Amino acid sequence: MLDTIRGSNLLTLADLSRDALVEVLDTAESFVEVNQRAIKKVPTLKGRVVASLFYEESTRTRLSFETAAKRLSADVLSLAVASSSVKKGESLRDTIATIDALGIDGVIMRHQSSGAAQQVSRYVPHVRVINAGDGLHQHPTQGLLDAFSVRQVLAQRRGTTGLESGSELFQGLRVLLVGDIRHSRVARSDIAAFCALGAEVRVAAPGTLLPDEIAQWPVTVSQNFDEALEWADVVGLLRLQRERGTGSFVPSLSEFTATYGLTVERARRLRPSTLIMHPGPMNRGVEIDSRVADLPAAIITRQVTNGVPIRMAVLYLTIAGSSVEVGQ
Amino acid sequence: MTSSNEPLARNAGGGFVEKSRLLGADDIQRALRRMAHEIVERNTDLSRLSIIGLQKGGEPFAVTLAANLREISGAQIPLGLLDVTFYRDDLASNPVPTTSATQIDHDLTDRTIVVVDDVLYTGRTIRAALNALSDWGRPRSVQLAVMVDRGHRELPIRPDYVGKNLPTAQSEAIVATIEGVWIGSLGEQHA
Repeated sequence: MLDTIRGSNLLTLADLSRDALVEVLDTAESFVEVNQRAIKKVPTLKGRVVASLFYEESTRTRLSFETAAKRLSADVLSLAVASSSVKKGESLRDTIATIDALGIDGVIMRHQSSGAAQQVSRYVPHVRVINAGDGLHQHPTQGLLDAFSVRQVLAQRRGTTGLESGSELFQGLRVLLVGDIRHSRVARSDIAAFCALGAEVRVAAPGTLLPDEIAQWPVTVSQNFDEALEWADVVGLLRLQRERGTGSFVPSLSEFTATYGLTVERARRLRPSTLIMHPGPMNRGVEIDSRVADLPAAIITRQVTNGVPIRMAVLYLTIAGSSVEVGQ
Repeated sequence: MTSSNEPLARNAGGGFVEKSRLLGADDIQRALRRMAHEIVERNTDLSRLSIIGLQKGGEPFAVTLAANLREISGAQIPLGLLDVTFYRDDLASNPVPTTSATQIDHDLTDRTIVVVDDVLYTGRTIRAALNALSDWGRPRSVQLAVMVDRGHRELPIRPDYVGKNLPTAQSEAIVATIEGVWIGSLGEQHA
């Protein structure tokens, strides 16, 4: 268990303590303020170089990581994998060695294979590695920004601030994750974050979309989706990942929608205070009805907005505090 | 005395070992009143004045100073709080300090700013603050008020208003809160 991510890699949320998570959320609060300024830039990582390596397509994660790095004044090396030597068959190890030879302080890494970020951290132990999603394993910054967004809304409702509330608002909070749990790294990071912060997590999914090892997870499997919707304080929907072959795990998309989609009728079962999250990109009409996605209870755009301060906090804590020599 | 040990420990990062108390709460209040009068004397146009307290040590002094100024002059003097952590030049060698909130809700262009801090030492915090302030506009001028000036400057920075000049050794540590000023040493070796 890590009590802080200062100066370390961020590969998974599964080994972070409650204190470590709260530290990231609290640090992000300061960066929310930076993002509201006329000049949204601080010199914190001036002279540091961060490489962004996306082996898998992404819009919001990549943009928000690069925005975060730039607002901290870091230089960003952005490798477009599709037009790089990776297409000529260069191995991950050689690509990393090449980038490392240019002199980098951090790597933001997304890869289709679980464990790829950890592998990179072994190749370049002097570089801080931040996992931006690896296969079916983890997507730590998504888990952090989900927790951050929930804390922000709940704190506002109580007339307090996230900073003052610490982890208090998570105690006994009822979180329901719905859909493709099996293929979802977001679910794994969300579960790690919400459980460590003190929330109670349930999952609802067709049996085929639950992971084999679900019994060892700190969650309850809901047998009745409609009842679970009435129980939940927060509903986290997951994308049906057709690129990972999810299509063959359900009889048809319309059957999935009929049984586990958040349709307009189902959304009526939610209490008025219940929040709806989705990590994006949404399959409107599959896991979430388009009208539900646009309800005030849906905090989906807030999740995107909060991506920048959370990623600034992660880059700041992992890289600024690391013991890299600055030209002395 | 035991009641004031908790803020002491918090301000010095936990390792502060107290030797003696140099100023009491009354002395602090008197100094802040005098500094407020000095500020009024030096600045004819108080409608352009802004007080900016540096987090976290400078905050209570800035709050009191702003209240004194409003009382003396009757002018509405805006108060802001600034955390300079993200502008520090020692983040790589020092442990990353916990951050606190910056609250500046007015444009600083063309204003006279009085930056308020608890202890002036190397001047590096003030350097960071000057950089930070330029992100809120182009001030007409910036003045510096500190509760304690303990010397040992590493940069060409000097205060305009001083609560108390205290010549110190670098091995000593100073803690200044609204309750008083203490001298002592740091239990652990500090960079």
